[in-house]
Amino acid sequence: MEEGRVVPQSLQQAAAAYEVVREAFGGAISDFDANEFMPFFEVLETEKWPDIALFMRDHPKLKFNYLACLSGVDYPAEEKLGIVCNLESLGVLGHRIAVKVKCARNGGSIPTAAYVWHTANWHEREAFDMFGMQFTGHPDPRRILCPEDWEGFPLRKDYAVQESYHGIKVPY
Amino acid sequence: MGLLDASFSKHNVVVTSVDNVLNWARLSSLWPMGFGLACCAIEMMATNASNYDLERFGIFPRSSPRQSDLMIVAGTVTMKMAERVVRLYEQMPEPRYVLSMGSCSNCGGPYWEHGYHVLKGVDRVIPVDVYVPGCPPRPESLIGGLMKIQELIRMEQIGLSRADALKRLAEKSVDPQQVIERERRAVRA
Repeated sequence: MEEGRVVPQSLQQAAAAYEVVREAFGGAISDFDANEFMPFFEVLETEKWPDIALFMRDHPKLKFNYLACLSGVDYPAEEKLGIVCNLESLGVLGHRIAVKVKCARNGGSIPTAAYVWHTANWHEREAFDMFGMQFTGHPDPRRILCPEDWEGFPLRKDYAVQESYHGIKVPY
Repeated sequence: MGLLDASFSKHNVVVTSVDNVLNWARLSSLWPMGFGLACCAIEMMATNASNYDLERFGIFPRSSPRQSDLMIVAGTVTMKMAERVVRLYEQMPEPRYVLSMGSCSNCGGPYWEHGYHVLKGVDRVIPVDVYVPGCPPRPESLIGGLMKIQELIRMEQIGLSRADALKRLAEKSVDPQQVIERERRAVRA
């Protein structure tokens, strides 16, 4: 942070929330990325993600009761897939933070957060549908938008559309 | 038109009169199936509503394919929806007509290149009689398309295939520019 710059209140709150998580989980999470637009941290030990999520939801100083969005991301250079969870303490503490979780690009899996925030159920299905990472322990791990027998994962950077679907030509 | 086709190969006064009555009845009560797939459906609903009032043409949407003779494909047809559209089309009794409304159902529209999930033109799965361009088309264009369907029905005869009727319709096409010029002159005079 530059000297003399006013740190927005939202960023201060996010940093304070991060410190609480850091204290509890230490090396399992990365350093805090204090950008103004979407302050976030990354979960380095992927299998701890449900514990961290539950902790963030229930800790009296955090109370992230609202999963505003869960997006999938493709990182072809790192050979990884990931999710970004935008969390907010809606109507309780008012602060926001984002959490990134990554897994291997081929056959990788991320433990589900659907039992922590029910919103995650469909969002994780969408991330799976578009990117193809598995969510272990998900209550209903099916595609959500594409047809069940669709080939490939459309939002991957190297996606090439299939030639035909049930005998119908797909490309223009 | 099934069995009747085989019986009438030569046209006489009686048959042509029957043709006229049948065609008049069909084109005066086109019942489209009431379903919309995307934003074009909003324009279709606006066309059905009181401002444009499709009922004056005898057109009003039916809730079942069994009761409809016109399918207005209004909107983006996704690959997932394509098979359902085919099933609905097959459930419609003959003679049935298909109007493809808007760029998406005509050819894929804005999804033509990167829309992996969009069917690039509904004519890949069902035969289309009239295409209405636009994104979405205004109600006037849709009414124009529906009047084209009515013209097509006027071209039909017992024993005449749909392809031949479409050919006759194409032969009777009018250059719209000449009509526009004529109307302009009439207004100025």
